[in-house]
Amino acid sequence: MRTASEITAMFTGPQVHRDVYTSPEIYRLEMKHLFANTWVFVGHESQTPNKGDYFTTQIGDQPVIQVRHSDGEIYVLFNRCPHKGTKIAIDREGNTGKFFRCPYHAWSFKTNGCLLAIPLKKGYEDTGFSESESAKGMTPVGAVRNYRGFVFARLAPEGIGFEDYFGDSLSSIDNMVDRSPEGRLEIAGPPLRYMHKCNWKMLVENQTDTCHPMVAHESSAGTAVNIWEEMGNPEPRPPAMEIIAPFMSPYEFFEKMGIRTWPNGHGHTGVHHSIHSDYSAIPGYFDALSEAYGEERAKSILDENRHNTVYFPNIMIKGPIQQLRNFIPLGPDKTLVESYIYRLVGAPDQLLARTAMYNRMINAPTSIVGHDDLEMYERAQEGLMSNGMEWVNVQRLRTEAEDFSQETVENGTTERQMRNQFDAWVKFMTVSMEGA
Amino acid sequence: MAFSKDQVIDFIYNEARMLDEGRYDEWLSLWLEDGHYWMPLDYKQTDPHLVTSLLYEDMFMLRLRVERLNGARTFSQKPKSRCHHVIQRPFVDEMTEDRIVTNTSMHYVETRLDEQFLLALTAVHELAVVDGALRIANKRVDILNSDAAFGNIQLLP
Ligand code: FES
Ligand SMILES: [Fe+2]
Repeated sequence: MRTASEITAMFTGPQVHRDVYTSPEIYRLEMKHLFANTWVFVGHESQTPNKGDYFTTQIGDQPVIQVRHSDGEIYVLFNRCPHKGTKIAIDREGNTGKFFRCPYHAWSFKTNGCLLAIPLKKGYEDTGFSESESAKGMTPVGAVRNYRGFVFARLAPEGIGFEDYFGDSLSSIDNMVDRSPEGRLEIAGPPLRYMHKCNWKMLVENQTDTCHPMVAHESSAGTAVNIWEEMGNPEPRPPAMEIIAPFMSPYEFFEKMGIRTWPNGHGHTGVHHSIHSDYSAIPGYFDALSEAYGEERAKSILDENRHNTVYFPNIMIKGPIQQLRNFIPLGPDKTLVESYIYRLVGAPDQLLARTAMYNRMINAPTSIVGHDDLEMYERAQEGLMSNGMEWVNVQRLRTEAEDFSQETVENGTTERQMRNQFDAWVKFMTVSMEGA
Repeated sequence: MAFSKDQVIDFIYNEARMLDEGRYDEWLSLWLEDGHYWMPLDYKQTDPHLVTSLLYEDMFMLRLRVERLNGARTFSQKPKSRCHHVIQRPFVDEMTEDRIVTNTSMHYVETRLDEQFLLALTAVHELAVVDGALRIANKRVDILNSDAAFGNIQLLP
């Protein structure tokens, strides 16, 4: 078993040890500590709009159920029967009515997890059952918070509070939700599900890796530009040009876009502008937004064009696109990526059509952009097995004595956000370890 | 000119063979300029626009997809993938002067390096007759397990 000081030594500032991506032991410790101590995304409230609606997912390696209880509140319960462990819900979503009923021996539970009934209850009389853990019913997670429709949970009963954990990084969720004239998002269909044979952290790091698009995506973005030029630069540009071509922007574009980091591992690219800045206006949208908020506020909402916001440990959102990507760890070298899209309630359908197009063009297992990203991750996962070198370099634009407890805005090609994530990684890995 | 059922069925077989043999320029020339290749994400999906699909590509995207396969810096295609369709005799569900709809069950195999995977799928072709030739107006491919998590699917089922 690794000690807290051994974990701390895996991130030196300029370098991180390759074991964080490859070691099964580190992975197990992440599931036990990191994913228990942090606030992890569960789902969106619109996935469970009515009483009894539920949705199954994972927090780290823990199967959980997000469910709307009879009091209208959203609960997050471990997906495990307190009798013999059977998963209570196996489908991805559904409505369970007033209670869950285990399909094995028919123990039933209220939608807040409390034990409701057991067949032949008499059999437990005088057995001390009422004092057992099982008598409490399905176990709820440590803490749940619904922030503007986004449900987060902390598995550990004690730990950092929601506001302390996210701080000002919540401004990215705010901007995404404010883009709805009604201040409300709604899930739009099932997520794309894309299996990656690599460590989950490679995906999270790549969200603020601004030095890869013009290299790794030259074959898609560069070819798009070439075809368009061969066609004689027709306007309006084909949708693929609007969405894929900006990946080919020069280094200078990405340098100037800026990266902001917040404490606890959160951060975003696209402070001043981004690849989403030059999308064409959708008729009627600005008017709807101005009517709701006033013209000035509507302008300031749309002037914010944050590219990727990482919420540590494992999601990314795109405010201007209303997309959320969930990087669900399944093993040290296996990650399931679920890419969700949301409707801006009260906005024209055309916006959602662009969002859906973005999702399939960039994040589908059939996406010509996604293909090259996955190729890089899998090659890295394999390459890291080489004993030629033990450390991974994350040194770009690093300064001595970086203070991750401070919010900063820096050159858009810095790897500071990756270092920021590893700073938070060490913190939340070790906080519950002995000798920390 | 009217086409026989056999000619329609041969057309579907030939299209699959072009994909298997990587004759993409020929394949692109089968399409009408405003055609769409649709691969839904959800079982029985009816809307290609307001929910996500795996693919919903116009001719610009299909051309891009095909040209990219041969690019010098197409890293995920070094080495290249290969594919193989095994198709059941197509049903011709609709046949009028200028519109034909077929429904074809297929097994699609794609391979690269040491990996190989199999998809079971149903392809619905909407064909048009233009200047005496059969052309693809639209193609919809429903993968049996379209809601499963896949790794890269790089060629066209
Ligand atoms: S395992 Fe659930 S009731 Fe027995
Ligand atoms: Fe990428």
